[in-house]
Amino acid sequence: MLAQIHVTFKEGVLDPQGKTVHHALNDLGYDEVLDVNIGKYLEIKLDSVSEEEAEIRVREMCERLLANTVIESFRFNIVPTE
Amino acid sequence: MKCGIVVFPGSNCDHDCYHILKHILNQETHWLWHKDEANLESFDLVVLPGGFSYGDYLRPGAIASFSPIMNSVITFAKAGGKVLGICNGFQILLESGLLPGTLIQNQSRKFICKNVTVRIENIDTPFTRNCGENQVLEIPIAHHEGSYYIDPFSLNQLEDNGQILFRYCDTKGKVSAESNPNGSVGSVAGVTNEQRNVMGMMPHPERCADPQLTGTDGQIIFQSLIQNS
Repeated sequence: MLAQIHVTFKEGVLDPQGKTVHHALNDLGYDEVLDVNIGKYLEIKLDSVSEEEAEIRVREMCERLLANTVIESFRFNIVPTE
Repeated sequence: MKCGIVVFPGSNCDHDCYHILKHILNQETHWLWHKDEANLESFDLVVLPGGFSYGDYLRPGAIASFSPIMNSVITFAKAGGKVLGICNGFQILLESGLLPGTLIQNQSRKFICKNVTVRIENIDTPFTRNCGENQVLEIPIAHHEGSYYIDPFSLNQLEDNGQILFRYCDTKGKVSAESNPNGSVGSVAGVTNEQRNVMGMMPHPERCADPQLTGTDGQIIFQSLIQNS
């Protein structure tokens, strides 16, 4: 199984990197760009765990270590692997 | 005063802190290795020094906050022991939950290394007891993730509780957007916990505490701790 995890800044938290990329995209002529939020993408391979257990344990991993919940939110998918 | 300096892989201000406490201020000072759990009961002060613990991987301080020594530091802090976190040490204290809020990338996205001035906001703590009311200290900063962030409600709470100890200011003590080097909310440069025994700050007092170097404004933080231990 594979956990695909996205960690991004919560609304209202200053994201200087996102802001800079936003300006760069506007400079390139992409005027439709309203906002850019840069986050992290993590892939975690899992073994010997059911899908239900994986949901619970990945959520715990995010809350304890992978995201700083003061400023970041996370979402994830659990997908089967061959 | 018996002091302990924690050494994480990637700490690089540990020797500066050791030098100031042991050789300049003549205090009994010991190293504390990150892999060891230790009984810290006999210590008066534990310092988490600056640096790049674990290469700042994931987030600065995130991995270090789960080191074995941090279990001991948390037990020590909960029992009222004094803990001082400087720069990366501050980041570790926030990640471990001993202090509120977090530190994000500087607004300018640049690593900033320069002398700044900070205003003392509360002298009723063991870390600032020797300071004058609203005293201005000149202390260097050196960081990339030093922009303090906490939600507006919690920031008000910190202000009401007197938990903000330092704010970035100009040389006359005026706090403004121009005197804020990194975009910290409320120009916050250092905070303490509610019990006022754990303190974290981005400026480096250990870098301006040896009279052989320019400036000794940082000494007052250590002197406050020594005289009140």
